[in-house]
Amino acid sequence: MKNLKIIVLAKQVPDTRNVGKDAMKADGTVNRAVLPAIFNPEDLNALEQALRIKDKYSNTTVTVLTMGPGRAAEIIREGLYRGANNGYLLTDRKFAGSDTLATSYALALAIKKLAPFDIIISGRQAIDGDTAQVGPQTAEKLGIPQVTYAEEIMEVNDKEVIVKRRLERGIEIVKAPSPVVITVHSSAPACRSRNAKYLMKYKHASTVTEKQDTTTDYEQLYQNRPYLDIEELSVNDIGADIEWLGLSGSPTKVKAIENVVLQAKDAKMLTGSNSDIEGMMKELIENHTIG
Amino acid sequence: MSNVFVYCEIDEGQVVDVSLELLTKGKKLVKEIDSKLEAVVIGSDLQNIEKQVFPFGVDVLHVADEKRLYPYQTLPHASILTKLFEEQKPQIVLFGATSIGRDIAPRIASALRCGLTADCTSLVIGDHFDKKANKEYKGLLYQIRPAFGGNIIATIINPEMHPQMATVREGVMKKEIHDAKYKGKINKLDVEKYVNKENFVVKIIERHIEAKKINIKGAQIIVAGGYGVGSAENFKLLYELADVIGGEVGGSRAAVDANYIEHERQIGQTGITVRPKLYIACGISGAVQHRAGMDESAMIISINTDPIAPINAIADYVIEGDVAHVIPKMIKYYKKNSK
Repeated sequence: MKNLKIIVLAKQVPDTRNVGKDAMKADGTVNRAVLPAIFNPEDLNALEQALRIKDKYSNTTVTVLTMGPGRAAEIIREGLYRGANNGYLLTDRKFAGSDTLATSYALALAIKKLAPFDIIISGRQAIDGDTAQVGPQTAEKLGIPQVTYAEEIMEVNDKEVIVKRRLERGIEIVKAPSPVVITVHSSAPACRSRNAKYLMKYKHASTVTEKQDTTTDYEQLYQNRPYLDIEELSVNDIGADIEWLGLSGSPTKVKAIENVVLQAKDAKMLTGSNSDIEGMMKELIENHTIG
Repeated sequence: MSNVFVYCEIDEGQVVDVSLELLTKGKKLVKEIDSKLEAVVIGSDLQNIEKQVFPFGVDVLHVADEKRLYPYQTLPHASILTKLFEEQKPQIVLFGATSIGRDIAPRIASALRCGLTADCTSLVIGDHFDKKANKEYKGLLYQIRPAFGGNIIATIINPEMHPQMATVREGVMKKEIHDAKYKGKINKLDVEKYVNKENFVVKIIERHIEAKKINIKGAQIIVAGGYGVGSAENFKLLYELADVIGGEVGGSRAAVDANYIEHERQIGQTGITVRPKLYIACGISGAVQHRAGMDESAMIISINTDPIAPINAIADYVIEGDVAHVIPKMIKYYKKNSK
């Protein structure tokens, strides 16, 4: 079997479980800078599936591709610490404001630049939007099949993959020819933790932009260890038409954003005391809510 | 013609509930924008399928009926819909936010280069004025959904690129027969013109789909637990209470993520939407996604150790206390007072 090439699409997302008041900008977009940034959970499930293939076929190459601001390089390092071979950061101010369509356009061009590949794999959806659109849209842009809701990649060879899908009320096992886009469901196994050996090896992995900020002490290190390079890709590098990117390339527009404000209604406040609970149950029975 | 289209999913020869709910919504939308309601059904052995669809006020039903088209597969279904929409140029297209709808809609949106909004909780017709371009848009579809972990409600529009596409979860819209005698036209598609051989490269090897066994949607009383229940063991109390008062048990996403309860019982934006007579929220803080799935409950009881849990704001009874102490008392006093 030839060497397999897998590209993991991963996204750095704001931890939406910890959103403060200053997280929204006046124009209704999210001020990601003030939020803790994490590896999108289902993308970690996807990375694990890729690494399991590499465990089985050691000559497999696992590449992490992410699109985002400079600090998203952290995602690539996280991937390297767990066993990925290399990573690319798709970063350019011109990507700002892209919806899922513009994002998948950019990702598809970047993937074409990294061709050939056998499997593109990502999480089903990212927790900041929960849309689950970028995977299928990237597949369409690449003109290849998609297998969504994957729970397990059961078999893989250089021509096809066999994937178990998790559906609402059951499972489906499908065989798809590669190259193929696979999106992974949260029911798939969790990602392994960082490997101490890889952590040491890739601790100083950096993008060109990050290297500009480091002291000259590391120059020698980077010269001797080219694997520490995280390559940055810009709009020009992937040959994108800027009309298809950012706000101009996004058919969906945010018309309004409303912060969630709860309207209190008159609630009966009770304690857990016997008399309070008994009183409530009596009321519910009397007004035929229960019983 | 620029009409409203609904993609109808088929399960064992039946149009699924969410599709019928969207037809009901679609019928309301076409009245506002003065257009017609069209439906698309793709599958095999679809004779008489119109009988299920026309009562919802469908004016045109497009049918693609061929053996290879059931069960659902992404590529042939996407190819048929993409070509059909290129011909028919719909104004609005609605899909159920199911594992099928969320698989196919983005693929079609990408091919048509149009906008798509996932998991809408409300769809409204409205106008839009673009200050920059000094351009007025009439009768756009406002696609309203919680976003960003439920901390905001966003209204999304697609002013330029049509169709305007959206997915909606089951139970979010109401299903109502428009007119039992309503008759529309049937447009039988010549399937060969809409698919090619390459659309069938993915093969289904095995399929195990279980019948829906849990009927949370239809339950009059729901006892739901959140992360605050604390353990799968404590969840047994919820089942006990539900059993005694005749209800079903549900859970929040946090409870599902913590494996306290199975995914099939998840209530909220990414789960099931319910409208029971009584909703007992146990240890549920009440993130907006959860509330989106239950805030139309006729009566809400919140049991929470946190007196300022967001869910308390929409509750009729707020019991400040520990679920493990309060529920046994509810069971006890229900038994004592009911006849």
